[in-house]
Amino acid sequence: MTRSWRYAIFFVGAGLIAALYVIGVYGMPHFGSTFHPYRDRAVPAAVSHRTANVVSAVNFDQRAFDTLGEETIFFASVIGAAALLRPSKEEREQHSPSQGGHVMASTRFAGYVLLPVTLLVGFDVVAHGHLTPGGGFQGGVVLATGLHLLYVAGRYESLEHFRPVEKFEYGEVTGALAFAGLGFAGMAIGGSFLANVIPFGEFGQLLSAGTVEVFNFAVGIEVSCGVVVLLAHFLRQAILLRGGEASRS
Amino acid sequence: MNDIVLIVLLTLVAAGGTAVVMTNAPERQAVTLSVFGVLLSLLFFSLQAPDVALSQLAVGTAFLPLMVMLAIRKIRGGGR
Amino acid sequence: MSYYAYFVAGWLLLVGCFGIVRSRNLVHAVVSLAIAQSGTYVLLLGVGYQRHATAPVFGSTTKPNLSVVDPVVQALTLTDIVVAATVTALLLALAIQVAKHHDTVDPDQLSALEG
Repeated sequence: MTRSWRYAIFFVGAGLIAALYVIGVYGMPHFGSTFHPYRDRAVPAAVSHRTANVVSAVNFDQRAFDTLGEETIFFASVIGAAALLRPSKEEREQHSPSQGGHVMASTRFAGYVLLPVTLLVGFDVVAHGHLTPGGGFQGGVVLATGLHLLYVAGRYESLEHFRPVEKFEYGEVTGALAFAGLGFAGMAIGGSFLANVIPFGEFGQLLSAGTVEVFNFAVGIEVSCGVVVLLAHFLRQAILLRGGEASRS
Repeated sequence: MNDIVLIVLLTLVAAGGTAVVMTNAPERQAVTLSVFGVLLSLLFFSLQAPDVALSQLAVGTAFLPLMVMLAIRKIRGGGR
Repeated sequence: MSYYAYFVAGWLLLVGCFGIVRSRNLVHAVVSLAIAQSGTYVLLLGVGYQRHATAPVFGSTTKPNLSVVDPVVQALTLTDIVVAATVTALLLALAIQVAKHHDTVDPDQLSALEG
């Protein structure tokens, strides 16, 4: 269909959606109201399991089954993108010497200094997910993008050297299996899938909140390895492979 | 006071979203997307959601624009 | 101000859809989809907000109390952000494949479904 038809249909549809949305919004509580029934039940439940970060408690303790679903979507997307970015028959790897721009000395210095700092911060965010804002998902992404400071500040070859892709693929699988395995362990010990079976400890200490901490680590491993694998495929397609490319669009 | 901050940030987010969509060239969209990610992260922070702000900051300012730039480079045929 | 946050969320969703409708490049469409998704995040967090309440994280200075914003919607949003970024990566990989096979990423010229 032509562009004008597409616009016409869009504006009719958007107008209808906007009208329904406005009617719906005026039936909701005001922005900033005090009516939050989920919060009234979730916060005491988290405190009873000695978890200081209530959001992590909701993610890994009260609604851990949904987090299992989310990280399975993550896993499947990484597999799908890796399958789509397989080199085609015409493409060959081209190990040319580093072409392109020259990295400024200050950028290189900043990158190499910030690399261990970022990795440490990422690990800290994962490890303290049940005490402070953070957790497996955020810390995993910080870890993975921190590793790519090697590419930003240096050359692609140094990143390739420190990042054997198969090992990271194994890491991702380990994280996903650990999450499901812990769920089954919870079923064996506590009686229900993904139950919180480790002793709770004291509120606010590092070893508290039971299995929330362990789930955090499993998700952190999976997300960081998954993001590294994903970026590895994109980088290889964009930088190494030659031949069989599209013309400009 | 917090109300004023929220109103300003909500307006900036709406304007930023419109700017990203109205940018036609995808390589420029990567930059505007990064700025939009920072604005969104500030909005989440002032809505008392530090977890979500951390997540949006890590993902929307570094990971997503990097992938968009790599996809564009691959589609255009790369620099030689 | 009572409903401004919800209207901004609805605006982001519609602007994202408008971007997809008018785009001439698949990568532009994928980025507009990311904008539409962030509209839902703003809506979720707006629903959970309470005036003069703090973040749902307790520590040595904040004893557990009920005057916090809703943690359930925050849990929904934060996993969603990471997973949606990965799905966006999948869409970009699809766009790369389309460019390889059809030599164009203009949606208007990609009309035929070839075998």
